[in-house]
Amino acid sequence: MSGPILQVQDIHTGYDGIPVIHGISLEVNQGELVSIVGANGAGKTTTMRAIAGLMMPYQGTITFKGVDITKMPAHETMKIGLSYVPEGRRLFSKLSVRENLELGAFIKKDRKEINARLEEVFELFPRLKDRADQTAETMSGGEQQMLAIARGLMSKPALLMLDEMSLGLMPSLVEKVMDAIVSINKSGMTILLVEQMVQEALEIAGRGYVLQTGKIVQSGSARMLLESDEVRKAYMGL
Amino acid sequence: MVTFLQVALDGILSGLLYALIAAGLSLIWGVMDVINFAHGEFLMVAMYLSYWLGFLWKVDPLISWIASGVFAFLIGALTYKLIIRHTIGKSAMAALLATFGLSMFLKNACLYMFSPNFRILNDTILGGKTFSVGGVIFSLPQLATSLFSLGVVALVYLLIKKTRLGWAIQATAMDKEAAELMGIDTERIYVLVFGLGGACVGIAGGLLPSYLATFPDVGGLFSLLAFVCVAMGGFGSIPGALFAAILIGLVEAFSGFYVAPVFKYVAVFGLYLVVVFWRPRGLFGW
Repeated sequence: MSGPILQVQDIHTGYDGIPVIHGISLEVNQGELVSIVGANGAGKTTTMRAIAGLMMPYQGTITFKGVDITKMPAHETMKIGLSYVPEGRRLFSKLSVRENLELGAFIKKDRKEINARLEEVFELFPRLKDRADQTAETMSGGEQQMLAIARGLMSKPALLMLDEMSLGLMPSLVEKVMDAIVSINKSGMTILLVEQMVQEALEIAGRGYVLQTGKIVQSGSARMLLESDEVRKAYMGL
Repeated sequence: MVTFLQVALDGILSGLLYALIAAGLSLIWGVMDVINFAHGEFLMVAMYLSYWLGFLWKVDPLISWIASGVFAFLIGALTYKLIIRHTIGKSAMAALLATFGLSMFLKNACLYMFSPNFRILNDTILGGKTFSVGGVIFSLPQLATSLFSLGVVALVYLLIKKTRLGWAIQATAMDKEAAELMGIDTERIYVLVFGLGGACVGIAGGLLPSYLATFPDVGGLFSLLAFVCVAMGGFGSIPGALFAAILIGLVEAFSGFYVAPVFKYVAVFGLYLVVVFWRPRGLFGW
């Protein structure tokens, strides 16, 4: 397949008819790690929700693997290979780690395949294997974030969308999570990452988009964005 | 002593039946936060189906429960599709009043079609049969219905706790949006849950005509008791509802026998008030 795996063209959307994002376009190519960065309230999560199908764009189109998914609900975008790990983790708190992971592979019916996926994510996050029978709510914030990512990987998606992975984690854990994201990407997974921690997110990404009040104000290679005066002034306090 | 055991047995057997009716109510509440006021009328309609199958075609309740269960599943699923779905996202009162209206409709429809007469099914396989162990008399139809109820409650519990579908149901209850992100069609889960809730009460209703009269108002008391079981056991907890149901059955039997029959619901609802004052979440609530 040629062309980007995800193409977002000029989408507008918001809550209760009040627009929050005004014409966002972006694309993600096979194998890339792309970061969307910006301050709180810039519309990053809204953009992700619209792509995943949790809310519908008022206008514009979203194409994934050549399929128009603009109006496709979340449970269907998942089936064609788009996995969204939402902001705030949203684990099933009363279910065990293993049950959470099983639900991540809910669309898979082949027992062998599910077990193989379980082994893969346990290898990636060994802590989860130790805690497989614990309920999700009893784990630490860092472990919960690992579980959220692992759950998102269980369906073997073509695109993994990660939203605000650093939220509520102490800096040493943020680094660990970022390392995990890099190694997942290196294994061939295409990743779209949304982050408030601009520097950390751009350091691991190949390309980036800077979002401000619902519009993309800058885009390009992550290195170029990291060196741009505007980004440094606005987001890194330099 | 024999009398005491007899009363205890009667209480436990009634309790197991209440548990099945309550399990359906609890399931619907636990997943959707909807109190189905038409639950007792689902029971009544299922009883009529079983009664008519027995009266017209001599089908025994021991077989009719399958038809009643399927029928009540469909009624439940349709109730969700046609009524409940339109109340989601609106005030909690909307679903409550809608199911209350449905209960009125079903009750009056049956009153119109079948008259208020009590209808009793004669010549059922188990009808009137008893056996005695050490002086304690077991009524066979009631024993069969109660053990069957316990079995169905256990099956529903295992379905929820041990199967992938059950986890999907729990996931939908905990976080609907996150469940959708797992590829779970939550709309279908809701239809299924309402159907299962209906099927629980439908199976109970299918078995009941082997020892209980069918009439349009029969559901009222059962649904009230089921509601008390659910609230006392802790909303959404099936083991809680089972425990509360047996407790209620025992209180009902003992107060009815040792105090006075007219007193038994004073004791039952008195106990309910005490539990709710002491532990508003219910005995097994979170």
